[in-house]
Amino acid sequence: MTDDRAKDRATRRDFLANTARLAGGIALASVVATQTSRATPATMAAAIKKVVGEAPLRKGKVAIDVPPLVENGNTVPLTVSVDSPMTAANHVKAIHVFNEKNPQPNVIGVHFGPRAGKAAFSTRIKLADSQKIIAVAQLSDGSFWSDEADVIVTIAACVEDLQ
Amino acid sequence: MLRTLFFTSWRGNAIFAIAMLAATLPVFATEIPLADRRSDYEFMGAQTRAMQDDDSANPGMLGVLDGEALWNRRDGAAGKSCADCHNDARSSMKGVAARYPAYSPAQGRPIDLEARINQCRTDEQKATPMKFESKELLGLTAYLALQSRGMPIDVAADARTQPFIAAGREIFNRRQGQINMSCAQCHDDNWGQKLAGAPVPQGHPNGYPVYRLEWQSLGSLQRRLRNCMSGMRAEPYAYGAIENVDLELYLMWRARGLKMEAPAVRP
Amino acid sequence: MTARALINVPAKARRGEIIEIKTLIAHPMETGFRVGLNGALIPRDIITTFRCTYNGEEIFRAEFSPAIAANPFLTFFTVATATGTIAFQWEGDDGFSAAESAPITVE
Repeated sequence: MTDDRAKDRATRRDFLANTARLAGGIALASVVATQTSRATPATMAAAIKKVVGEAPLRKGKVAIDVPPLVENGNTVPLTVSVDSPMTAANHVKAIHVFNEKNPQPNVIGVHFGPRAGKAAFSTRIKLADSQKIIAVAQLSDGSFWSDEADVIVTIAACVEDLQ
Repeated sequence: MLRTLFFTSWRGNAIFAIAMLAATLPVFATEIPLADRRSDYEFMGAQTRAMQDDDSANPGMLGVLDGEALWNRRDGAAGKSCADCHNDARSSMKGVAARYPAYSPAQGRPIDLEARINQCRTDEQKATPMKFESKELLGLTAYLALQSRGMPIDVAADARTQPFIAAGREIFNRRQGQINMSCAQCHDDNWGQKLAGAPVPQGHPNGYPVYRLEWQSLGSLQRRLRNCMSGMRAEPYAYGAIENVDLELYLMWRARGLKMEAPAVRP
Repeated sequence: MTARALINVPAKARRGEIIEIKTLIAHPMETGFRVGLNGALIPRDIITTFRCTYNGEEIFRAEFSPAIAANPFLTFFTVATATGTIAFQWEGDDGFSAAESAPITVE
């Protein structure tokens, strides 16, 4: 009797584990369809290089504010701010945000004018998986500064059929 | 014996653990004591709550704007708008969404707000009914539900509606689907615990129609119930099915007194 | 085609005050990476650029990618310099174009 019960549990265990994995797969499929074309740390680095060129990328001045654990990867609140007086002599010209595991590495690029007041913005982004995001700020003196954040993306436990 | 069972996926572990726990529970789970009931809002993260709290950041408000335009739009063979009969929704529709599903003498049973809107469209405007989950119907229900924001849910529980509340309660407590679990086992008995990293809410409908992050759009309570049932690996009821409406009525009765929050934001 | 948009600009501000502007516009932001029910890729349909001008002068600009969530929400800051109009322009795939504006009184 104990053997049969153990066997039943084994098959039910496999079924549930597979169901759970399938649930994860279906949810991810609604955000990222093709496994073949995905950003990687290498493509993210290439996208950053397009902005930064040969200049050194220093850590600092930039602050990413993103929840460390997000409830749904479809809508992730993101705020990026840069410590800067925003004067004509010393200001932030642009902030570019990149990701490493979505199908493509860019997230957003924002450009500030002389009347910005504050070098900061907020938006909502899509993250296909738990991953790193990097924000690069381009300053008026030609220097580049960055910050990075690791985000864990969970999915809703009950997954909708595509119908 | 249970100690030796192991999964590679911790999510599978969680679902299995709950299923095993659920297997030992009686079929009619205990209802949450009235004083312990909390809106699903309280189980969300701070950022999602902030999205709901700010009307200029809540994407559901875009639907409300659509609904406001539709309220004033003349339509159908009768060439009437909602406003032509009901005037300013801010006064005439105050408290209405908090009372739905409500008994319809014409149908001999309770109907939900979507069905009531469509009844007006066909009977009064002589227009075609709006489809479930269409931008129009969602916008109008969001606009109407907004007029009840902050008011306590107050569906009638009288001789006419009691049989339907009971029918909805039976569905809520019935084991279904491949996992053979009932709604109650998670939402009455295990609310507040985590399933696959996310807290299990009590499952109250006080925010509908909701902007669900998973959908990236507004959606009705029936859509959410259908999601729940597919998630439980059970066959969902069709849009407009009386089982869905009975469930909606039971859920609203179960949430009686909780404040309306529509259009809410949910993960 | 006019898409629904919600703008939040303070009606009044003091000269030199830094104000926050919030924008929210209805748009599906279809990434182009999702597979539809028939097995084919759903074509990309996103907003690509956003521009804000204050009395005609550009004060903020953004380039969106498919990684921006549906119904794009964007907040930023500007210095209140003069009474006038703050104008917003979104452009995107398939000729998408939307414009909004809000008045501001600066004392």
